Amino acid sequence: MSKVRILAGTRKGAFILTADGKREKWEVSGPHFAGWEIYHLKGSPADPDRIYCSQSSGWFGQVIQRSDDGGKTWFQPGTPPGETKTPDGMPKGESNKFSYDVSKETGAPLTTHQFYDGTQHPWEFKRVWHLEPSHTDPDLVYAGVEDAALFKSTDGGKNWRELSGLRGHGTGPKWQPGAGGMCLHTIILDKKNPNRIYIAISAAGAFRSDDTGKTWKPINQGLVSQFIPDPNAEVGHCVHHVAMHPSKPDTLFMQKHWDVMRSDNAGDRWHEVSGNLPSDFGFVIDVHAHEPETIYVAPIKSDGEHFVPEGKLRIYRSKSGGNEWEALTKGLPQSDCYVNILRDAMAVDSLDSCGVYFGTTGGQVYASSNAGDSWAPIVRDLPAVLSVEVQTLP
Amino acid sequence: MIRVVLPAHLRTLAHVDGEVTLELAAPPTLRSVLDELEARYPMLRGTIRDHDTLERRAFLRFFACAEDLSHEPPDTLLPPEVAAGAEPFLIIGAIAGG
Repeated sequence: MSKVRILAGTRKGAFILTADGKREKWEVSGPHFAGWEIYHLKGSPADPDRIYCSQSSGWFGQVIQRSDDGGKTWFQPGTPPGETKTPDGMPKGESNKFSYDVSKETGAPLTTHQFYDGTQHPWEFKRVWHLEPSHTDPDLVYAGVEDAALFKSTDGGKNWRELSGLRGHGTGPKWQPGAGGMCLHTIILDKKNPNRIYIAISAAGAFRSDDTGKTWKPINQGLVSQFIPDPNAEVGHCVHHVAMHPSKPDTLFMQKHWDVMRSDNAGDRWHEVSGNLPSDFGFVIDVHAHEPETIYVAPIKSDGEHFVPEGKLRIYRSKSGGNEWEALTKGLPQSDCYVNILRDAMAVDSLDSCGVYFGTTGGQVYASSNAGDSWAPIVRDLPAVLSVEVQTLP
Repeated sequence: MIRVVLPAHLRTLAHVDGEVTLELAAPPTLRSVLDELEARYPMLRGTIRDHDTLERRAFLRFFACAEDLSHEPPDTLLPPEVAAGAEPFLIIGAIAGG
């Protein structure tokens, strides 16, 4: 029988939740890396027992952890016990090293970006927000970082190299941090076109590469943001998350700071599909595993009040690719609930009856085994949930 | 022999309990003790000092013999009591945040 494995990153550690295909009884393992912020964990589609994890702390910085046994044991790639030095005597342990590539050969000069007060601010690495393993190679993984840049490892997370064409695109001085920092939080690899990568940055916008990350095109036309007077602005939009169904890779769905948006030409042009949502502010957006026009969002009251509207936890589903939305409430609290659902905290499994999962800042992880028709909490009292991924296992 | 006390989270990363002991060429300095610590425990690289600049991470402090050495230059000699192993070199996380 199939199994599902949920990888939940929280403010104080990682948790792994597993169940069989019925998705009724769950085993909870964790906290892994107790006390550390776990922004994201994600399993390799090519080898599901290979899981990458971003572990960070304001005190100790960024650490990359990897498991090769489905999350039972972990290690930092590149730091095997007993192999402490390279032949020339220098310490090993490059796995945590994210240095912007400023080399003449492959890099781009480190510029400044716009800061909260409008001044220019130096680019500084802070943490890894998102890890995206390749569809086909377990050792190939991308990392989206703050301050915004895209890194790539081809050796299972031992060494990381910046794909500097993105940061060096030329619009960097116009990028600015959102409230959570200037983060590259979304990476989408197009399974049908291995040369194509989408990324999104808050607050710069969405970008597309058609040459495996060497060069990038901003794809923000059609986005409208109150704080940007120019309707044709190339960058500057606060994109919160982007989702795509692998069978329909030219169709993208976006939860922007405000507005739910859709593109049918690989991001070249967007149009709004917020429709009848109670609020079009939010963070998370995702697509049903088998129905490319069925999408999910979690409306949040406003940018000043980061919790669900009216004290009701409602996931909204559109079966028409947007505009017409239905509230999914069965099993979710409908009074006195004031949690948020962060941008990477929703995922779907690929079982016949699509499972949908999301985590909240109140520490709950909810599961639906019927595409959102009804929900039940798996756990209620974790630390604030930062990310939720799910693996469907044989 | 130099004794080094790490914060709990770094002991977990380095897979050690209690103090770490290091053998260093005399005279030991702030730089040499951190270099040797990272050589012995490569998983700590980047967690105490920045990978590129080797500057101390902002929320960590260095103490020895009740003296705050955090702002001293890297070639500062460690006190004789630390060099002799009578007193530990302390790496401490700032009391901040949650």
